[in-house]
Order: sequence, then structure tokens, then C-alpha cells
Amino acid sequence: MDKNTNIPSKEEIEAALELRHTKAVQEKIRHAAVAVCGLGGLGSHIAISLARCGIGRLHLIDFDRVDLTNLNRQQYGIEQLGRPKPEALKEELLAFHPYLDIQTDFVKLSEENLSELLAEEPYICEAFDVPEQKAMITNYVLEHMPEKYLVGASGMAGYGNSNAIRTRKILSHYYLCGDGVSEKNEHQGLMAPRVMLCAAHQANMILELIIRDET
Amino acid sequence: MVKINGEDCNAAGMFLSDYLKENGYKLVRIAVERNGEIVPKAMYDQTLLADGDALEVVSFVGGG
Repeated sequence: MDKNTNIPSKEEIEAALELRHTKAVQEKIRHAAVAVCGLGGLGSHIAISLARCGIGRLHLIDFDRVDLTNLNRQQYGIEQLGRPKPEALKEELLAFHPYLDIQTDFVKLSEENLSELLAEEPYICEAFDVPEQKAMITNYVLEHMPEKYLVGASGMAGYGNSNAIRTRKILSHYYLCGDGVSEKNEHQGLMAPRVMLCAAHQANMILELIIRDET
Repeated sequence: MVKINGEDCNAAGMFLSDYLKENGYKLVRIAVERNGEIVPKAMYDQTLLADGDALEVVSFVGGG
């Protein structure tokens, strides 16, 4: 413990994580790198979950800024309104794990920059909002980056029906979470509990892949 | 028979692009896997569906 600031050392934090997760599991988590594409209701909660686990490296990517209409379901605060989501989220994560290795990119992902931006991380979360963007990254990664593991989401709007949110294996390296049908539209919006359920499915699937470690 | 999203369909002999169009899929919102492999978008109009094929058309909805 640093007596001046009361901030635990990196070793103390790692020891606490090992105590909770077991040494063997923590060893794998500590060496894993994950990219989170989209830092809204899904991505911000996926990042929180993985950071709480003490993930080795997180790559946070979004082109958006924190807006008041995000606060119903996204992991940001009033004082972060107007800030780029990647750096705002990084700040949230460092508040409970100050030694995390976090890369941020305030940029819109497209077919032109995906290969370069996602080159380093073996595990990729698709956490976009717009269906065309979800399809774009899914097709691109599965077609051009077949060695990656991709965990995406579709269908989590509304409330209730928790058990309809599930994780399905679509391909050897592609998992899809959500109920598959509940879209955001003029009749139903995105609400914290169901979005968080879906984000937890994604984070939990990533964690399982990391610990199973078939790469 | 071709199994598409778990259901038997009379689609053998059709091109994938025609099947998708006839069934109202928006091509910019989907990903298609066939027999355990992703079908590249550029191959939709050259992919002939055959008896015994198993496909999954993932149709993305908005929200995240």
C-alpha cells in the first residue's frame, strides 16, 4: 500500500484477483487482450465486466461522445457529458483498477480501418448499435480475420423476458448474444436491465473463451 | 431440402442471392453461414444452394 495516496500496488490488486478467481484462471485473464467495438449500452458494460476481472489488455473503440440520452443505460456520469466515450470509459475503469493496460481509439470503424485497428487482439466484441454496422464488422472479421474470436449481439430492446436473451454459437469462432428479434424502434427503447443482460452474456462468453484458451 | 435457420426449405438449385431477395432480407443487415463457413458477400450471387446444405442467415436488429 502506498501510504501517501492509499492506492494499492499492482501486486496487491493482482493478489486480490487471484484470491477471488483462483491463480490458474487469473493467469489466463492477465494475459488476454480484448477489443470492444462500440462503447454504448453493450460495450461500456462489457468493458466494466472484463476490467473487473483484471483483463490483461483492453482496446476501447468508439467515435461517439457521451450524451444525456445515453445515461439511462450506459456506464457514464454527468460530469462526462460531451467527452469522447473511449477516454471517459477508460477513466471509469482505472478508478477500480489503476494499472489496467487500456488503448483508446476515438474513431469510426469501417472496412478501411478494421484490419489495422483490430490487428492485436485475438478476441473482439461487436457492440454496435446500428444493424448495418453490426453486419459490416461481422462479415469483415469472419471473412478476412478468421483467426479471431468474435462475440456479437442482436436483439435486446425493451424490458422483461430475461430468459429470451441467450448466447448461440453460430460458427467455430463466432458467437451471437441477444434474443435475435427485439429491435430499438418507435414502440420500444433500450433499457438498462436488458442491455446489461446482453452485455453480460457477451463478457461471459469472452471470458469462457479466454479461460478455455483454444487460440 | 435445404435447412435454413433450422427449417427445411425448398431452395435447392437456387442462388443464395435470389433466395435472400425473395425472402425479403436486407443484404446490408445480414451475415450468412453455410455448412459451418461464412459466405463472403461478393459470393452471394454465385453460391448455388444444394440439397443437404445447412444455412443460418443472421439478421441484425438495431440496439446496443
